[in-house]
Amino acid sequence: MSAEKTGSVLVVGAGIAGIQASLDLAESGYYVYLVEGSPAIGGTMPMLDKTFPTNDCSMCILSPKLVECGRHLNIKTYTCADVVDVQGEPGNFTVTIRQRPRYVDVDKCKGCGECAEACPIDVPSEFDQGIGERKAIYKPYAQAFPNAYVIDKENCIECGACEEACQAGAIDHSMEEETIELKVGAVVLCPGFEKFDASKLAYYGYGRYPNVLTSLEFERILSASGPFQGHLVRPYDKKEPRRIAWIQCVGSRNCRVEHGYCSSVCCMYAIKEAVIAREHSKEPLEITIFYMDMRTYGKGFEKYYERARNEQGVRFIRSRTYEISEVEDESKNLRIRYAQEDGSICEEEFDLVVLSIGLEPSSSIKELGRKLGLTMNEYGFAEPAPLTGVGTNKPGIFVAGAFSGPKDIPETVMQASAAAGASASLLAEARGTLVKEKEFPPEKDVSGQPPRIGVFVCHCGVNIGGVVKVPEVVEMAKNLPNVVYAGEYLYACSQDSQAAMKQIIEEYDLNRVVVASCSPRTHKPLFQETVREAGLNRALFEMANIRDQCSWVHMHEPEKATEKAKDLVKMVVAKAALLEPIPQVSAGVTKVALVIGGGVSGMTSALSLADLGYRVHLVEKEQQLGGVARRIKQGLKGEDIPSFLSDLIARVTTHPNIQVHVGTEVQAVAGYVGNFVTTLTDGQEVQHGVAIIAIGGEEYKPTEYLYGESDRVFTQLELEEALAGGDPRIENARTFVLIQCVGSREPQRPYCSRVCCAKSVKLALKLKEKNPAVNVFVLYRDIRTYGFLEDYYLEARRKGVVFIRYDSANKPLVEKGDSALKVTVTDHVLGVPVVIDADVIGLASAIVAPESNRQLSQLFKVPLNEDGFFLEAHMKLRPVDFTSEGIFMAGLAHGPKNLEENIAQAKAAAGRASTILGKDQLESHGVVAVVQQDKCAACLTCVRLCPYNAPKIRNYAAEIEPLLCQGCGTCAGECPNKAITLQGYKDRMQMAMSRALFREV
Amino acid sequence: MQYVPNIRIVEMPCSGTIDHRVLLQAFEDGADGVFVAGCMEGDCHFQKGNYRARKRVNAVKKLLDEIGLGGERLEMYNLSAAMGPRFAEIANEMTERVRRLGPSPLKKQSAGTMEKEGDVA
Repeated sequence: MSAEKTGSVLVVGAGIAGIQASLDLAESGYYVYLVEGSPAIGGTMPMLDKTFPTNDCSMCILSPKLVECGRHLNIKTYTCADVVDVQGEPGNFTVTIRQRPRYVDVDKCKGCGECAEACPIDVPSEFDQGIGERKAIYKPYAQAFPNAYVIDKENCIECGACEEACQAGAIDHSMEEETIELKVGAVVLCPGFEKFDASKLAYYGYGRYPNVLTSLEFERILSASGPFQGHLVRPYDKKEPRRIAWIQCVGSRNCRVEHGYCSSVCCMYAIKEAVIAREHSKEPLEITIFYMDMRTYGKGFEKYYERARNEQGVRFIRSRTYEISEVEDESKNLRIRYAQEDGSICEEEFDLVVLSIGLEPSSSIKELGRKLGLTMNEYGFAEPAPLTGVGTNKPGIFVAGAFSGPKDIPETVMQASAAAGASASLLAEARGTLVKEKEFPPEKDVSGQPPRIGVFVCHCGVNIGGVVKVPEVVEMAKNLPNVVYAGEYLYACSQDSQAAMKQIIEEYDLNRVVVASCSPRTHKPLFQETVREAGLNRALFEMANIRDQCSWVHMHEPEKATEKAKDLVKMVVAKAALLEPIPQVSAGVTKVALVIGGGVSGMTSALSLADLGYRVHLVEKEQQLGGVARRIKQGLKGEDIPSFLSDLIARVTTHPNIQVHVGTEVQAVAGYVGNFVTTLTDGQEVQHGVAIIAIGGEEYKPTEYLYGESDRVFTQLELEEALAGGDPRIENARTFVLIQCVGSREPQRPYCSRVCCAKSVKLALKLKEKNPAVNVFVLYRDIRTYGFLEDYYLEARRKGVVFIRYDSANKPLVEKGDSALKVTVTDHVLGVPVVIDADVIGLASAIVAPESNRQLSQLFKVPLNEDGFFLEAHMKLRPVDFTSEGIFMAGLAHGPKNLEENIAQAKAAAGRASTILGKDQLESHGVVAVVQQDKCAACLTCVRLCPYNAPKIRNYAAEIEPLLCQGCGTCAGECPNKAITLQGYKDRMQMAMSRALFREV
Repeated sequence: MQYVPNIRIVEMPCSGTIDHRVLLQAFEDGADGVFVAGCMEGDCHFQKGNYRARKRVNAVKKLLDEIGLGGERLEMYNLSAAMGPRFAEIANEMTERVRRLGPSPLKKQSAGTMEKEGDVA
């Protein structure tokens, strides 16, 4: 490689993976080109109603990321754009992008929607899965970025109505396709997935029967922003259904349609939809899920399943569905014919049937993979390079999300951060070379000056002005105390209005600015930046929302809406008079990482950060590196783990940036993000800016099934070791019994250990491979070979491994026989006890959290979940972060996972950590809480309440570390002596607003 | 989506910020009713702010009962940012409730006749 590397990265696909990867890269010092085929970023997440297992509102958790990504100075987004070609080598790629015409100028369009009002053409809405309608000029969804409309030329009749309606002059029917060439150092591919076309399976009647829906259609019906505003009705007759059935594995685990793999997410989303449907329904709702194996293998999933089954009345029927037919009357209800586990055939009637459709790669995704020369698997998904988590056969090209196989949101986000981290490591030398930084003029000192407030009232085209009498609002504002300027604007956010605003701030010597317009969610940062450009502190700005909260919702009451708009402006002006500048607090960053745990996860994190150029202290309590992986001989895809491990250890121990501390543990931790000081048990003091907790997990020591009493009963890891070591007990055995869920999915450990099903299937195959004549029985509760692991399950059955299901209430019985071990299990098909004379028994024993988790959790003041694993900041979107900034987790410390997944998570933790280490200065989050120390009684209320560990007691008074404070103000609300105030939201400001509201001007 | 035009909104970073005295001040100034709209329980962006808010709202409700204003004039609701229609429902529901209770006895004579409700979100 000759040329210098390029400090920018191409991210393809702007779903949650693309957004996360872009944000991580941009925050770590790389310029990002984010290319998205559709007219808006967001991907599938905005369509979802709630997300499992927390039932968080999908849009609510995504929307801040949309705004952040959309506004980021170092992310350039291309929507309606496709990657045509990638040439070059790692570090220096040339990318060709085809930019399709949008016919709307994104810079001019304000997203007001007047054009769509005027458009005469109705088209089924893709976003609403065809249940609702959109116009030929449309915005895919309300919170879309860019906040701009797009013309669907296929349906447009070029009547010109939109052009006439658009007061911003944004519509341009003459736009043409463009070709753009970009130089990047690395490529992250996250183009997502396509949904399986359920009409391919004629026996389900999708497309023929109106009351058979797909799960994504049902998601839109549940959504408050969906076609029925969240009212649970059948699209067919708008009646509320009383009986709903879900059918699992539609287009998954089905070799006949070449979808042999498991789509991994459908079990959980079906349970979620079922539970939410019940919540939405006013009438009692009967809910049934028809399934083959319930695959709730992720963190927190098993409990979610148990709750649905035991508390929320969801009926689960293990079955094979043969056919759906329509009842021959007006109801168009459906009859499901299915076979139960014992083979008996049943029929049941339902009002609505939801098909849990699988995930598949779209043809354009396959085409992209082919074009770039990536190895793809038989199903058309990208095949990641073994044990890289996110690498491909092409160096410099990384994958994240469903492109490399169906996966849920947390795993997708993890991979995105991992791919960002891997790209960053590759381009370490070019870090910071292409990123832009905004320069602002120095801030004017307004302290002691009487307030001089300017009020800018926006018409938002006719969005506000068509209802609220804007001139009246302006006149009223002019007479308010402290107001020295008030004016009206067609679009306050347009370029020219922004320029005018700066000039007026200058001219009238304004020291407070109020804009009355739309939502602060989308526009506050924009106006604050303008104010800052005019030399005012950002906190001297305030907004009144007279559109979303006034003109839009009181459309038919212009008089009252105008009154309300006036009141809202009055209130905000009263608050503005009390606004004070908020100084940005910043502190330097110790560009060193502390990684705790020297297993595969910890070593991977350490290497990633060391490759990025940061110094790393790797702490391992054992005398040697390697962790649990030392006992693993083969990966799930047959990878040679011992050689992988010795190579990894060699790279870690010889890396100039890594200092390894073996036989050492953490003793004390002080400081906060960017500036930690940790004392190790060897007495050494380590200064570091971030910490990654990767201390691994342990194998549960069974007390059941004669473990420890018979030397022929092994745990899974022991069996693997014995098999590899040529143990005669294994060599001479004829019959093996592998028992699943030993210690997992039990009352005392109510979680699934995730890896054991696939591991047992692989062990069974290995035994069969060694000697096809041996008998292998796998006794299981549900086989959870998610994703492509399903292929191994199929292979095992084909090779004669016998799978017998048992029930948790009726567990297998293991007894000592004369020469062998006697295993008795009730066969699920025959319903009678089967006795197996086993020579060897393998127990799939649980992965448990080590006791030391508790200790570390106290030292770092980070939480554990009920099962003793570390608890992430957010189950969905922050899967490797802690709520306390600067501390991350990876591997089994977070929960059970296989090696490949641990590697991805370890890279993700490194990627997230590099967003902090990449900065020279950390800045506080704008609004933070402050303590008036002479009023503080050191009662510790704030210390106990704060989820971020921001308050500390020093000299008998609380002090809030601004870099840790997230600005929620819970402490301010709770402080018994009112010693704490939240900047920008002080009580006296709120009270001034209330006073202004009820006082006549 | 439409709802009654007689509520006025005060923006908060988190319902957990709201202090007792802010709620009381609104009544003192002349609000007929106040409702606090926080995130769904378990969904707080700041972990537990909305639980704290509910506690405080309940405490202030008690106070309002004691002073004879009636705790019913204050309510805490949980809804998400994507639940516009639910917000409209709440606005209408709360207005109906306040209409039934009549104007606040604390209302200053000069405050005019229009019904107004404070809402803190």
